[in-house]
Amino acid sequence: MIEEFILRTHGKRRLDFADYATYLYLLFGTFLMFGPVIWLVLSSFKPQAELSRFPPRLLPYRQETVMVEGYDEPLPLFNVTMPDGTTQQLAQARRVGIEAQMIDPANPTEMLPVNINERTAVEAVYFGLENYTDGIARFNFLQYFRNSIVVTVSATILTLLFNSMAAFALSKYQFRGRDTILLLTISTLMVPLSVILIPVFLVITEIGWNNNLLGIIIPAAATPTGVFLLRQYMLTIPDELLDSARIDGASEWRIYLQIILPLARPALAVLTIFSIMWRWNDFLWPLIVLSRSELFTIQVGLNSFQGELQTQWNLILAMTVLTLLPITLVFAFLQRYITSGIATTGMK
Amino acid sequence: MTQNTLKAKQRRLSPWQILSQAIANFFTTIFHGIINLMDLIMHPLQDRLGVRGMAYVFVLPNLLIFGIFILLPMLLNFYYAFTGGTNLFPQDRPFVGMENINTIFSCESIFDHNSCREDLFWRAVFNTLFFVVFQVSIMVFMALITALALNRQIIARGFFRSVFFYPVLLSPVVVALIWKWILQQDGLMNAIIVSLGGEKLPFLINAQWAQVWVIFISVWAQMGFFTLILLAGLQAIPGEFYEAAAIDGATGWQTFWGVTLPLLMPTMFVVLLLSLIRAVQVFDQVFPFTGGGPGTTTLYMVQYIYSTGFSNQTKEYGLAAAASLLMALCLLMLTVLQLRAGRSSDIA
Repeated sequence: MIEEFILRTHGKRRLDFADYATYLYLLFGTFLMFGPVIWLVLSSFKPQAELSRFPPRLLPYRQETVMVEGYDEPLPLFNVTMPDGTTQQLAQARRVGIEAQMIDPANPTEMLPVNINERTAVEAVYFGLENYTDGIARFNFLQYFRNSIVVTVSATILTLLFNSMAAFALSKYQFRGRDTILLLTISTLMVPLSVILIPVFLVITEIGWNNNLLGIIIPAAATPTGVFLLRQYMLTIPDELLDSARIDGASEWRIYLQIILPLARPALAVLTIFSIMWRWNDFLWPLIVLSRSELFTIQVGLNSFQGELQTQWNLILAMTVLTLLPITLVFAFLQRYITSGIATTGMK
Repeated sequence: MTQNTLKAKQRRLSPWQILSQAIANFFTTIFHGIINLMDLIMHPLQDRLGVRGMAYVFVLPNLLIFGIFILLPMLLNFYYAFTGGTNLFPQDRPFVGMENINTIFSCESIFDHNSCREDLFWRAVFNTLFFVVFQVSIMVFMALITALALNRQIIARGFFRSVFFYPVLLSPVVVALIWKWILQQDGLMNAIIVSLGGEKLPFLINAQWAQVWVIFISVWAQMGFFTLILLAGLQAIPGEFYEAAAIDGATGWQTFWGVTLPLLMPTMFVVLLLSLIRAVQVFDQVFPFTGGGPGTTTLYMVQYIYSTGFSNQTKEYGLAAAASLLMALCLLMLTVLQLRAGRSSDIA
């Protein structure tokens, strides 16, 4: 059946060894790429006790409980092997050493002493949200999320505006210094931030943007990659369009606004996606600029959270899931544009 | 009547389409709002500066940010490298000449980096070298295999292509936490090993294992990006070449060595250059993953610069700047080498 379907798309008589190898590799790759994330999500629903269990189980489980007359709290349910060999579901009232006091929920007056080795917990699959609610109570997720949104949105808007303005000038005007500016832009493509960390930190401190979101937004606004990408695209826009607009009395700014920008929309879309990706995932620079925790972006916040709570994996896992959720949604709905955008521009 | 309902049905959009359109509209509205407001300033400006003058207005914002946050810091970096003390502000820093560079290069024996005064720097250098060599070669190889698999006639190519790309979008902190959770002592990886009859392995505690996994997670997280570029390169190879090879009776293997690989070389150079530059700057995934440990086995150059300049008790900006300078030199050499190699292969 499956083979028939696959063959139809191949237009071949039968699958050869290379086809099998390809599909095997791709399926293994799918498992390797998605598996860890799925494992993270499943784990994030497990309570702390379940997380420290070895070997771990795939799905999150929770012990069933039952309300018993005469007890305020619900009691945990166990399957107990009775002395006569039958199994019965009993609730545990209390436990002393290796002996547990069990009650039959249907008959709460009778106490049965049971060795703890003769009982197993009654469990059911349960996706608990406790890790998420507890995590949000301890980890200022919404604040960090807000900071990240502020940084991402404003840096992206500024990037689009400044980069497209510069690209317009560099592609459509003849002016003194143009080639120098272009050369400087291209050469800074190869200067990563990590090489100039200290002096940039000085500049930020002198301006007074240390511990200020502006210190992350503004330096990132002028990306050489963006200028380069947009300029290459704008070169393909015919000059005659601009000339006829000028004859009609349009100002240069109007031309930029109403001719260049709409025509450069595909390139702007690619840059938008990249800018969102860059700024949302930025780590090193925010780590240096932000030291007050209420200003942390989500990445810096998550990193310091995992440093504080070394062993409380239940909360860390839940917060990690919340962090990867927005970008996963973006991926799910825009993946076609993202992948084709990268393939055509060759940048990240 | 029926026609109208049909039209209404076609026009009805899914909630996701409405949401993504709303987001797009939001950005466009803000963008156009800013631009229209600015026309109030721009029009009088053009009357005074003339058309050519406007070009400078267009490049100005981008150039300003560029100058302040990239070009000026590049120059300042030299100043820091040749001055000492623990003050950030340049006026408080005494000139020390080559002292910082001498500190880095003062070694008792040039064959043993443990004998150097700044032995951490050299450990970071050797760790980075080890990382670069293995990460780049493994990643480029795997990306090539994946691109070749995706370039075959397969079903669901779009799906598989995005599968391999998905980890690229995840933030480095998230990637680090996902794998930390899987590789911890009682984690999924050890559970798999135990279930296959093995012993638990100390993945993140043992120095060699930590180095292996650091390389693994960075390949995992970045491979998809390079796969896409290589895939675009493969798809740009004209079909006639393959037809000619088939007419000549070439086997698949011969076609790969004789047609695919030579024609893919320009793309391979781009991929190599980009991945090398990125590998030299490895930091983001590793810092939350191992923190440079165990000991200093996964301490890389950028982390050395970061901790020397920002997170250590005494902030040795001079030393960090000198190290950045050496790293920049390294990147520059790589770029020049690659460009030269790329050019000579074009001629051949």
